[in-house]
Amino acid sequence: MSFWKDPLKVAADWLMGIFTGWGMPEIAAQILIGLLGVVFLLSALMVLDIGLVWVERKVVSRFQSRIGPNRVGPFGLIQPFADIIKLLIKEDITPQGADKVVYNLAPILSMMSVLVLWAVVPLAPTIAGVDLNVGALYIIATGAIGTLSIIMAGWSSNNKYSLIGAFREVAVLLSFEIPMLTTMLIPTIFAGSMGVLAITQAQDIWFVFKAPLAALIFLIAAIAELGRAPFDMGEAESELVSGYNIEYSGMKFGMFYAGELLHAFTFGGFWAILFFGGYRFFGLEQVSPFLAVAVILFKALIGYWIIMWIKYTLLRIRIDHMLAFNWKFLTPVAFVLLMVTAFMNTFLRGTPTWLYISSMFLSNVLLGWISLEVARSYSRKEREKAEGPKQVIQAHH
Amino acid sequence: MVPLSWYLIFSAALFSIGLFGVLSRRNAVAILLGIELMLNSVNVNLAAFWRYGDVMDIAGQVFAIIVFAVAAAEVSVGLALVISVYRRRNTVIADDLNMLKW
Amino acid sequence: MTGEKITFLVVAVLTLVFALRVVTTGNLVHAALWLVATLSGIAVVFALLQANFLAVVQVVVYIGAIAILFIFAVMLTRKEMRDRGPQLNQNWWFGALLAVMTFGGLFALLQGWNGLSNTPAAIPSGFDAVSVLGNALVSPDAYVLPFEVASVLLVAALVGAVYVAFNQK
Repeated sequence: MSFWKDPLKVAADWLMGIFTGWGMPEIAAQILIGLLGVVFLLSALMVLDIGLVWVERKVVSRFQSRIGPNRVGPFGLIQPFADIIKLLIKEDITPQGADKVVYNLAPILSMMSVLVLWAVVPLAPTIAGVDLNVGALYIIATGAIGTLSIIMAGWSSNNKYSLIGAFREVAVLLSFEIPMLTTMLIPTIFAGSMGVLAITQAQDIWFVFKAPLAALIFLIAAIAELGRAPFDMGEAESELVSGYNIEYSGMKFGMFYAGELLHAFTFGGFWAILFFGGYRFFGLEQVSPFLAVAVILFKALIGYWIIMWIKYTLLRIRIDHMLAFNWKFLTPVAFVLLMVTAFMNTFLRGTPTWLYISSMFLSNVLLGWISLEVARSYSRKEREKAEGPKQVIQAHH
Repeated sequence: MVPLSWYLIFSAALFSIGLFGVLSRRNAVAILLGIELMLNSVNVNLAAFWRYGDVMDIAGQVFAIIVFAVAAAEVSVGLALVISVYRRRNTVIADDLNMLKW
Repeated sequence: MTGEKITFLVVAVLTLVFALRVVTTGNLVHAALWLVATLSGIAVVFALLQANFLAVVQVVVYIGAIAILFIFAVMLTRKEMRDRGPQLNQNWWFGALLAVMTFGGLFALLQGWNGLSNTPAAIPSGFDAVSVLGNALVSPDAYVLPFEVASVLLVAALVGAVYVAFNQK
């Protein structure tokens, strides 16, 4: 079992040898090795987070036809460090009348809910935190903790606008959990298990070819769950003076901001795992686990880039339109998609692979087209009610 | 190996704390909090008996799932009623909601 | 004192302390947040019992929906941002007495049963509780009927709650 094939086990055995050599009981050595692994993963994630700040600022500047940070270091690479130093030396203000414990706990919980997600991300066939057999549902569970942290932040700031921003954001987050959960069940149907490792290993053909509509709905729901534009009701800078973030300054705001970026990257990763094959790339992952890690990070970066692309191109949606979009369009389509997928999966169980994939793909496309037609006719009726039927333009003589 | 009695005593203690909350609190929402504690203690009990009995007999977990669903339904209707009462009577102190008393 | 016993003791004591804070704290939003802490403690207990689907569903349903519903309800039913006044009603000593008697009664009831010091059988390897649970919930000779009735109950509660709390302007 060489290091290049199975790095975690080799490292764990080596450390275990050292610790028992020092005279530690085996249980304590195991706990210590586990803790060291957790600390290592968290440090790697926070370093990645710093890199993501730079990526975000460069990408947004290119979308807006400007250059972005280029003064601090080559290509602005030291910019995130400058940002961190600025946030750290800012005065730490707690608003008067704020609930101190809850106020300070909210950014910690927000960051925590993102970091614990990485416990189930399979980075390679042999590198994964925990192989939970309910891993996909665990993603939704940690999203729930993030929701709680937002409402804690909004309430404890003792500020009307903060509270309104938090309420709106939590309404959006709770609503969009349902299409996300439903479309997350579709890779579960294909793989026969909710464990993320099992889902990755079942993707000989990437699931996006079997269920493209599910991938699309999952992406939309995930962007809403992240609280990013066009669904960023919670931080609507032009409407609510930055929503639940108003009273947060300094490193606490930094926690929220960095947590949001890492959350977006993590969901890019989960979109890749659930629909784009995770660490698999035509057998590359069998060569070495480090290549698998590189593959999944690359796919996560592409997913993150798509999420940023959507953020910096589209306008914010009004809150009632957001909720109507979810309950009247996205949730029914997701439910019908789940039923169609389950039915066709059972119906086509013994058929050859090409027939299975093409009929699944066609059923998804058909369902997407039908739902768009229904939505179009509904909006046409709404518009005619508001404006009157379309007049044929009369030519003036 | 944790003996079964520890789980049962834990759930009995949680149930009693919830009972205290239901019987002794003034605010209607706080009473509902006590009910939630009692339902959770029941769930712990069911899961413990599933684990310490025959794990192939999944009835314990099924019952716990149904209790989740029933608790969610009951909390949503209860809180909707409390909010509706607050809009009319401007109070949620259980002692002040006494219009049906003789 | 194995590691498992220590873990269970720590988690159980913490959860009971959080539950006591739920029923005694004066500030209702704090009570809802202590409830969140209690519910996560119970999720850990579920994970200790190797009922991991129940643990994750506990977090999603209770913490992610019911606790947030409580926080919303607390915020919508108060006249100002802060609570004031005692939160225990005038007969609280009787409630405490009843709670202690209930606990004592349950404890005494358990003494007469001889299955108390059961140690759990090891779970057979390859046993996936989630798939067995899924099959049991939809199989006609298992528990599909309570499952469907629970779904109808949830729909009725959803419609009822929206209707009751609807703000007719």
